[in-house]
Amino acid sequence: MQPILIISISIGYVALLFFIAWMADKREAAGKSIVKNSAIYALSMAVYCTAWTFYGSVGRAATTGLGFLPTYLGPALLAPVWWLLLKKIILISKSQRITSIADFISSRYGKSTFLGVIATLVAVLGIIPYISIQLKAISSSFDLLVGEAATSHADVPFYLDTALYITIALAAFTILFGTRNLDPNERHGGLVAAIAFESLLKLVAFLAIGLFVTFGLYDGFGDIFNKGAAVPSIRALFTLESAGLNGWEWFWLLFLSMSAVMLLPRQFHVAVVENTNAGQVSRASWMFPLYLLLINIFVLPIAVAGLMMFPEGGVEPDSYVLSIPLAAGYETLALFVALGGFSAATSMVIVAVIALSIMIVNNLVLPGIVRNQDFRQDNPYSINTSLLGIRRICIVLVLLLAYAYFKAVGEQYSLVSVGLISFTAIAQFVPAVLGGIYWKRATKKGAIWGLSIGFLIWAFCLPFPTLVETGLVNDRVMLEGLFGWGLLQPYALFGLSGYSPVANAAFWSLALNSFIYIVVSLNTQQSPLEISQADLFVDIYKYRSGGSEYEVMRRRAKVRDIRILMNRFLGVPRAQSLLTAYENRHRVDLSRQQTAEANLINYAETHLAGAIGAASAKIIIGSIAKEDPISLEEMFKVLEQTKEIVEYSKALEKKSAELERTTLQLKQANEQLKELDRLKADFITTVTHELRTPITSIKALSKIMLDNRNMPEEQRAEFLSIVVTESERLTRLINQVLDLEKIQSQPEDLKLEPLDLAEVARQAFNGLRQLMRDKGIVPELIIKDAPVPVYGNFDRLTQVVVNLLSNAIKFADDEKGQVHLRCYQGAKGGYIEVQDNGPGISPRDQELIFEKFTQISDSDKGKPQGSGLGLFITHTIVSQHQGRLSVESAPGEGATFKVTLPLYTEQPGHTVQPSLQ
Amino acid sequence: MNKQTTKVLLVDDEPHILVALEYLVKQEGYQVFKASDGESALDLVQQQSPQIVVLDVMMPGIDGFEVARRIRNTPEHQDTRIIFLTAKGTPADRFQGYATGGEVYLTKPFDNKELINTINEVVEFG
Repeated sequence: MQPILIISISIGYVALLFFIAWMADKREAAGKSIVKNSAIYALSMAVYCTAWTFYGSVGRAATTGLGFLPTYLGPALLAPVWWLLLKKIILISKSQRITSIADFISSRYGKSTFLGVIATLVAVLGIIPYISIQLKAISSSFDLLVGEAATSHADVPFYLDTALYITIALAAFTILFGTRNLDPNERHGGLVAAIAFESLLKLVAFLAIGLFVTFGLYDGFGDIFNKGAAVPSIRALFTLESAGLNGWEWFWLLFLSMSAVMLLPRQFHVAVVENTNAGQVSRASWMFPLYLLLINIFVLPIAVAGLMMFPEGGVEPDSYVLSIPLAAGYETLALFVALGGFSAATSMVIVAVIALSIMIVNNLVLPGIVRNQDFRQDNPYSINTSLLGIRRICIVLVLLLAYAYFKAVGEQYSLVSVGLISFTAIAQFVPAVLGGIYWKRATKKGAIWGLSIGFLIWAFCLPFPTLVETGLVNDRVMLEGLFGWGLLQPYALFGLSGYSPVANAAFWSLALNSFIYIVVSLNTQQSPLEISQADLFVDIYKYRSGGSEYEVMRRRAKVRDIRILMNRFLGVPRAQSLLTAYENRHRVDLSRQQTAEANLINYAETHLAGAIGAASAKIIIGSIAKEDPISLEEMFKVLEQTKEIVEYSKALEKKSAELERTTLQLKQANEQLKELDRLKADFITTVTHELRTPITSIKALSKIMLDNRNMPEEQRAEFLSIVVTESERLTRLINQVLDLEKIQSQPEDLKLEPLDLAEVARQAFNGLRQLMRDKGIVPELIIKDAPVPVYGNFDRLTQVVVNLLSNAIKFADDEKGQVHLRCYQGAKGGYIEVQDNGPGISPRDQELIFEKFTQISDSDKGKPQGSGLGLFITHTIVSQHQGRLSVESAPGEGATFKVTLPLYTEQPGHTVQPSLQ
Repeated sequence: MNKQTTKVLLVDDEPHILVALEYLVKQEGYQVFKASDGESALDLVQQQSPQIVVLDVMMPGIDGFEVARRIRNTPEHQDTRIIFLTAKGTPADRFQGYATGGEVYLTKPFDNKELINTINEVVEFG
């Protein structure tokens, strides 16, 4: 076949892929994404099936019989629990905007930069052999097609090596595919569509050759196996034991493939990072195993047919799928099959290299670059462009490394054995990832130590011996052990021998990895950030709706700085739309804010993490934010508080009931205050009104006298006497208002002392006796000789008696006035009674008379003289003595006012507190 | 108008104020009647049909506003002019005074000349 034909077809195929990717991107932009289809998702996961599957399975089957199977059995066995495991990883990754498996591990353990570096190194070094076998598969299929089967790539100078040009072409292809733009979420819809197409193509191609061999060259499955069974060496293949596979080996192969299908960087990329909807996992978990079944159906028939067609050897079993149609003269079919192999290899290379380049940039390169940079300078150039440049360089470097490995060792090993080296490396992630999503106690140090030790054992047990065989390292190590220690033989580590190198390496590396991971975790402390990340990862279902419930860092940053960072790392349009989305969701106007709240900082960090990885995002945000880490104590306090919420809410209920009561009391108090205020205002209005009345008479009459110099003497005398009376009234009013003010506002001035109430009554009576006589009233004082001891203020109590007597005098009968004053000691206290024989007080009025300015008018006598304050003052004073003032009266039968005061007993400490009425 | 034939009713529950009012109005030449509460004031209005009523507001029993209202509601006393003379001086009080049919609203303590001039003006210009 002409090389030019093969190259043209390959280029045509690549162009088709680009077209598919372009279409998918276009549809996605139009909102009609095909990538959201579960079948596309499952097909994209079939990137698991590489050239290893396409060519290597048949090769493996031809040498070890069923030995090819565990690689596919493992994923198929695991698929039923994907909805649990994979879905959880997807949800975590979406919430944290994880960009790669290394990012996932770094993010889980406190966004550790160091752990990100280690995980990246494990992934890159682990995958390079795997990529190299794809190069090998492509170049050897090319060689086969052009008929140069015998040439060895190791012998030709590199510039004549087709594999190098294939590598370069692949690099260009990958760059074109994976780094057209820097998607903030590392999602490439077009890429996924192209990968899905490639998966479909390789399946169709493999089924085509399978059908051709089984039903074209032979007469169905029975025919092939019957004819094959006739050959003893072939019959031997169909037993597990003779294939060198026992339970131990199978266990490790199953385990490795199970971890690979989820944790290989490219698998993680298509299954997690490119995932658009966690719900797709459910359908993929039966579609993907179905795909594996289909692509494996014809492996054994092809292998048997190959063994029968090329019994003398000379044809590599890995190339049977091509050699058979070529030998049978079906060149077009061979070309189509080669295209399937090409698609299997290219899809793996593209996705793997993109995933690795993301990892290298985000976890190796960026943390170093951003650590000491100040991004606050408002640089109009987005860092996007330079990131893409770095990523392109990474792609080229990874592929060249793979080519170098291929040149050095790849050719001497079968596809499957080299692939398993990579599987074992990737399996080192298992403890850190599984523990990371199910075990909160796992610490960063545990992950670092476990991963490092596991990786070193892997490196020593698997890639290292391959270097020995190429002559790069002295082969004495293989037999005598490292440094001459027998225990350190790569293929028989710690004296364990008798198993395949892969099973051995997997056992030791994973056993020690897990053991150290657990022991170190149990003996180290987590930082607050680790605790919160652990919480988020393990309890992702709890946190799905929002971020972490509690803050780990109290961070402060300027809104302006955050805007600049987002502009530079996400591009201005994307940053702007994200910030607008934030403003809408939180109903804030960021242009008015100086300082960013914690929410905004977390938001920015998560979205930056989507572009540059969690560790780098943390560093960049750290460069603009002041951090006050919350101490462990505070953290525990927060956690305890959460536990206490139940008790707290109970207490809260109680409190709220109390609060209600208090509110009611306050409301009442407020009402009372308002009422008091209103009363005060009324009081002032009334007082001023009361003052106006005497002033009116005084003013009017004085003016009359002033204007009428020659008025009769008697009239002048009458007017003058009115002026004097009204002036006295005015004075009395003023005095009483002042009295009242004093009594009400300064009750603490009230000095109480033991005194004889009878003496008070006697003095007050004597003071008014003359007045009563002048008015023709018959006064009577009824007291006994015995003193009536009460505790009180002499002057105030005198005022009480005088007020009551004055009232009695005022209302006593005009003709035969009688006023009786009694003072006596009763069972319940000391009593003062003032009785008159006036008109009496109606029951309705009895309720009013103790109020301020209440003056009971009499239809005959009109308004009584007085301020209306007397009884109110009296009542106030009595109350302040903790006494009682009451009235007994009926209309026409006079009135009796009665004061009751508590008796004074000479008990020590007995005091009567003035009441604050 | 002849002042001798013009009847002025003075209503106030403060006897001393009534003394001063009586002196002033009589000196001006009017025919004076006095009442110290709303009830007797209405009786006197009924009996004497005074042209002018000088009316206090705060009184025991029927207050001044009510007295004014009743006078206004009596058709034969439509021409009676009411002058309020009271210590209540808020705008609300004044409003009520005019609303119930008062001609003039004066507050205590009053100015003798102003009161007399007011009475004269009301008598003269209706």
